[in-house]
Amino acid sequence: MTQRTRKAVALISGGLDSMLAAKVIMEQGIHVEGINFFTGFCVEGHTHAIRKRDQAKPKRNNALWVAEQLGIKLHIVDIIEEYKDVVINPKHCYGANLNPCLDCKIFMVGKARQWMLENGFDFIITGEVIGQRPKSQRRETMPVVARESGADDLLLRPLCARNLPATLPEREGWVERDKLYGFSGRTRKPQMELASQLGLEDYAQPAGGCCFLTDENYSRKLADLWRARGEKNYELDDIMLLKVGRHIRPRPHFKLIVAREEGEGRFLQGYKNRYPHLHPISHAGPLTLIDGTPTPDELELAARIVARYSQGRDADTVEVRSVDGNEEQRLSVTPLKPHEILPEWQL
Amino acid sequence: MSRIVVDARGLLCPLPVIRLQDTARGLPGESELELIGTDPGIMQDVPAWCRINGHTIVDSWHEGNQYHILLKLQQ
Repeated sequence: MTQRTRKAVALISGGLDSMLAAKVIMEQGIHVEGINFFTGFCVEGHTHAIRKRDQAKPKRNNALWVAEQLGIKLHIVDIIEEYKDVVINPKHCYGANLNPCLDCKIFMVGKARQWMLENGFDFIITGEVIGQRPKSQRRETMPVVARESGADDLLLRPLCARNLPATLPEREGWVERDKLYGFSGRTRKPQMELASQLGLEDYAQPAGGCCFLTDENYSRKLADLWRARGEKNYELDDIMLLKVGRHIRPRPHFKLIVAREEGEGRFLQGYKNRYPHLHPISHAGPLTLIDGTPTPDELELAARIVARYSQGRDADTVEVRSVDGNEEQRLSVTPLKPHEILPEWQL
Repeated sequence: MSRIVVDARGLLCPLPVIRLQDTARGLPGESELELIGTDPGIMQDVPAWCRINGHTIVDSWHEGNQYHILLKLQQ
């Protein structure tokens, strides 16, 4: 009797490790399909492409690109709503910033397990390597991820499997353990050598991670948002806007999001109907959203800040249009001097 | 067969691809879908998504800041 082809679902981030893990298992004759989760915090090429200066860079979704290179299907799953609890209440605490990396990995493997069961797949693959990441990829955390996700020994890490107890796919002979790897540590050299052996010449460079929550500046802005609102919560628009513009909070109850160049201005245009906003009209200048409710005096202060970032920064007065729903007014203001924009206002 | 429009205006990638993928799930082969978006990234991502799933791009064009992609699902 012939054995049926086993099927594995691979977590595909778009980086090299998950690409290699999938390829290594495909080489053993396993049918592999990819799964990729969109949390809202993902560092996408397109997010960078909002900014004009980055538009020369190729705009591709790395997870889709990896799937295409591997010749596998990719299922992209929107987990924005469910993921909030991971970010807001991480059981295993945050990393250096607001990155709940261990909770995130547990959550994603758990979602992959659910998908595996619903779609008749046999096991799960990740590109994890022991010691690769200080928070989530340590020898002690490997069993925690397997246990708390519910995946247990159906979770196979092909790049470091030989440093770990054999999983069910290995014990049952679905995959040959001898053809798996025993990588460990932060070095990328073994992965790059393996990529070369497997004929993978082009892959996303591992720099800066794949999540904005690992970024110090981004985390500071998210912490400020929670502080200003008096609760740890967010909507998708909030976390998208944290990726864009200059954020200035001159008073605790409102902040300004100032476009830094044309690409960001175009992006912020899409939010004009949902946020009060300011725009210089006597001089070229940035579209600026207002998050919060300034008093009339504070609105004038906001306009003076916006004027500071306009072409009229050295003029005596700058005309600024203020729009809040159906209400529109013109403010004639003196731009703030550079030293009047206090460092603590700038997030 | 009528054309199904997927409105992804204002969404950044990969959300337009997710909306398209979720709409396509369960539709019969050869269904026609038209994605409308404002993120120029869809012009790269949707063709990639079609290639890995065997769907066919019938046409693509843009009007002002809106991008349109017409595709036919695999039979």
